[in-house]
Amino acid sequence: MHELTVVLQRVTETGPMWLIPLFPFVGAVINGLFGKLLQDRVGKSAVHTIAIGVMCGAALLSVIFCIKLAALPEGARNLHSLAFPMVSIGAARFDMAFAMDPLSATMALIITIVGTLIHIYSVGYMHEEPAYWRFFCYLNLFVFSMLLLVLGDNFIVMFFGWEGVGLCSYLLIGFWYTDVAKARAGMKAFIVNRIGDFGFVTGVLFLFWGLGGSWLPSGQYVKDLAPKGNYVQARVVEEPAEPAAERAPAAQEETARVYVGPTLTFSELRNQLALSRADGERPVARLLSQDKTVWGVPLIFLVCLGLFIGACGKSAQIPLYVWLPDAMAGPTPVSALIHAATMVTAGVYMVARLNFLFALSPGAMTVVAGVGALTALFAATMGFFQYDIKRVLAYSTVSQLGFMFIGVGTGAYWAGAFHLLTHACFKACLFLGSGSVIHGMHFLEHKKHAARAGHAEGEHPAADPRLAPDPYDPQDMRNMGGLRKLMPATHWTYLIACITIAGFFPLAAFFSKDEILYRAFVNGNTLIPGPLIWLTGIVAAGGTAFYMFRSYFMTFWFREPTAEMREHVHESPTSMTGVLWVLALASITIGAILGWPHHALLERWMEPVTAIARVQFHDKPFGIELGFSLFSILVAAVGTYTAYYFYKDAARAQERKQALPASFLHKLLYRKYYVDELYEATVLRGTIALSRGLAWFDLHVIDFLVDGTARLGVAASFLGGQIDKWIVDGAVNGLAEAIIAGGRQLRRIQTGRINNYATVVAIGAVALIVIAFLGQ
Amino acid sequence: MNGLFNVGLTHFLVLGAIVFALGVLTVSTRRNAVSILMGVELVLNAANINYVAFAHYVSGGVSGQVFAVFIIVLAAAEAAIALAIVLAIFREFRTINADETSTLKE
Repeated sequence: MHELTVVLQRVTETGPMWLIPLFPFVGAVINGLFGKLLQDRVGKSAVHTIAIGVMCGAALLSVIFCIKLAALPEGARNLHSLAFPMVSIGAARFDMAFAMDPLSATMALIITIVGTLIHIYSVGYMHEEPAYWRFFCYLNLFVFSMLLLVLGDNFIVMFFGWEGVGLCSYLLIGFWYTDVAKARAGMKAFIVNRIGDFGFVTGVLFLFWGLGGSWLPSGQYVKDLAPKGNYVQARVVEEPAEPAAERAPAAQEETARVYVGPTLTFSELRNQLALSRADGERPVARLLSQDKTVWGVPLIFLVCLGLFIGACGKSAQIPLYVWLPDAMAGPTPVSALIHAATMVTAGVYMVARLNFLFALSPGAMTVVAGVGALTALFAATMGFFQYDIKRVLAYSTVSQLGFMFIGVGTGAYWAGAFHLLTHACFKACLFLGSGSVIHGMHFLEHKKHAARAGHAEGEHPAADPRLAPDPYDPQDMRNMGGLRKLMPATHWTYLIACITIAGFFPLAAFFSKDEILYRAFVNGNTLIPGPLIWLTGIVAAGGTAFYMFRSYFMTFWFREPTAEMREHVHESPTSMTGVLWVLALASITIGAILGWPHHALLERWMEPVTAIARVQFHDKPFGIELGFSLFSILVAAVGTYTAYYFYKDAARAQERKQALPASFLHKLLYRKYYVDELYEATVLRGTIALSRGLAWFDLHVIDFLVDGTARLGVAASFLGGQIDKWIVDGAVNGLAEAIIAGGRQLRRIQTGRINNYATVVAIGAVALIVIAFLGQ
Repeated sequence: MNGLFNVGLTHFLVLGAIVFALGVLTVSTRRNAVSILMGVELVLNAANINYVAFAHYVSGGVSGQVFAVFIIVLAAAEAAIALAIVLAIFREFRTINADETSTLKE
């Protein structure tokens, strides 16, 4: 019997943590069922009071549970709370249960606090909207799903949330569903996400399958149709056993029962992967990463790849990023909440949550980091020459998500989560700032309606949208310019967020992005060399500074505001600017507080989560680390100066204007490398052609068969009808007629003459006597 | 010839059979309801003769006579009811011809 040790994740049962997601759910139900009534009878304030109230409740509870979590000793920081058991089939048990460890606590805080802020912002932004209640119902439903996703203690609850946020994203992108383009954008998001979800489910099923059954040394898989887990005894240790290390005799031996076998619960999965023999080998981890293979590929790689495809769909990575820019069709608070701060980070969260799985497979980590780096670079370049302010931010989000994947892919899980946190603050600030700008430019929409009413035919869309803007588009940055004087609060907060995202010291993204890039450089976990990933990342970071400041200068400087703008554009209401200031303040401070280099606060906080993930970094001395930081600030400065040089005012833009649209590169970038067109030509056309082919097959072959069957049926039933009519009915009717005829004959006997009867009686009596006499 | 005049059980039985036959014949052939009733009386009295004869010659005692008395009483009651019915039929149909009052046939 091998002696097993385990770095145990202790689970602490706690009070009703399920209340956290329940709050927004209740809000969604109330607004969903009675929202219209409330809005008509009481007014819009009733609707948003409920929505914001439940959000505050959820945020407060999250804070309480987070404090509770922090009070526990480090190894036991995992709160668990069972709402109700759901299904139990064989070894698979799914409970509606919630778990909170430092990672999900951080996520829950981001979701509830940023969510609350965006709810407050929406009050100002959506005040003209007739379907106000519907908006808040969807928002609450989204927060509910997102909390399920991050707080779920097993894959099933997480998947509920995973699908729920996809649904809410679809509903909110297509919020103005009367506009066909927006409805299409919603569908696109949903369908692309479905592709990712397929990968996610595949990964989970592979994992569950892989932990059950058994494999012979020859590689043959022996099916175990009713796989059952079992418990093993293991000694609890604090540090993972090193292969050659001498084991010091512990003062008190603590043992724990550890579940081994197929499971969908994160803590059970983690604990069995943490099991270790005396020689440092981890049997379950070895089982997944070496012993079990499918076509020569380690099972763990397939599991992680499947899960990562899911993450790609949700977090908009190459090749499934195409939905996110189109998702900007939704209302701007939605873009801030769902498509920047929370939902799109679900993939990053999932990889960080399953760090103990991904760390087992260098191949999978390479894929994650590589895809992240490529996405960071390509999305940044795609954002270079966009004119729609929200599209710039969308590509920026895709790019920043790429950075997060570099972090979690190279093993720097806490850095990925850190960037997730800072990004939630500054990107929400940017999106809400752009929303404030669009709110200010709203008069263009009114102008458009007026123009349409004036002369119906007067619409001449420009031949090339790169050359001339649609004069009525409130999101086109070429229609803006000089807004800094008209919208001072928006201007300042947008500027702060821009400096943050560009990565200048000492604002938030400086710490998080630099940590990621440094870790990428020194990591020893990916198959491709770290410096290559670092190079890609640093170029993308420079690009980020360029396109963000380009959007800043185009919006707030560039030219003097026109008289028309002076008349119409005004600063947004306090509910909006207040939120902007809060987020800007967070963008400034949060990085330095949580991420001051060398054993940062957040790193220590996250340590229990990644305790058993074996990752290694070739640490460099602090001076070199500092050098990296200075270099990245330099790169950001170059990017910023380029943007300043070209977009500060209209005069310089003139020469650029002559040169740029003609160049092939500009067109290529503006058209986003023609990826949409490529998908259109291959996937979309292919699918449509396939469906046409199938339709033909259906019409001519399947229908022929079906019709043939139907005709046969008709013939058979005709025959049956004839048999019924002539033979069955004939028998029945014949019998009846025979009886009637017999009765008619028998009626003759009854003459009604008493004499006849008496005669018959007498004859009968005599006959009986004679018979009786003869019988003797 | 001696046997013929030496009256015994056989004589009574033959008489009873003759009366019975006459009664049945009357019931079978007569159309008048009152005649039919008279035929029934003949049948009943044929039975009476048999009772009394058997009582006298075979079993002894008076039980046969008692039966005969009962039958006479019964016949009287029957005749009363039957005549009442005949009267009712006459009132309804203005006839007591049994052939013409065959409405129960249908």
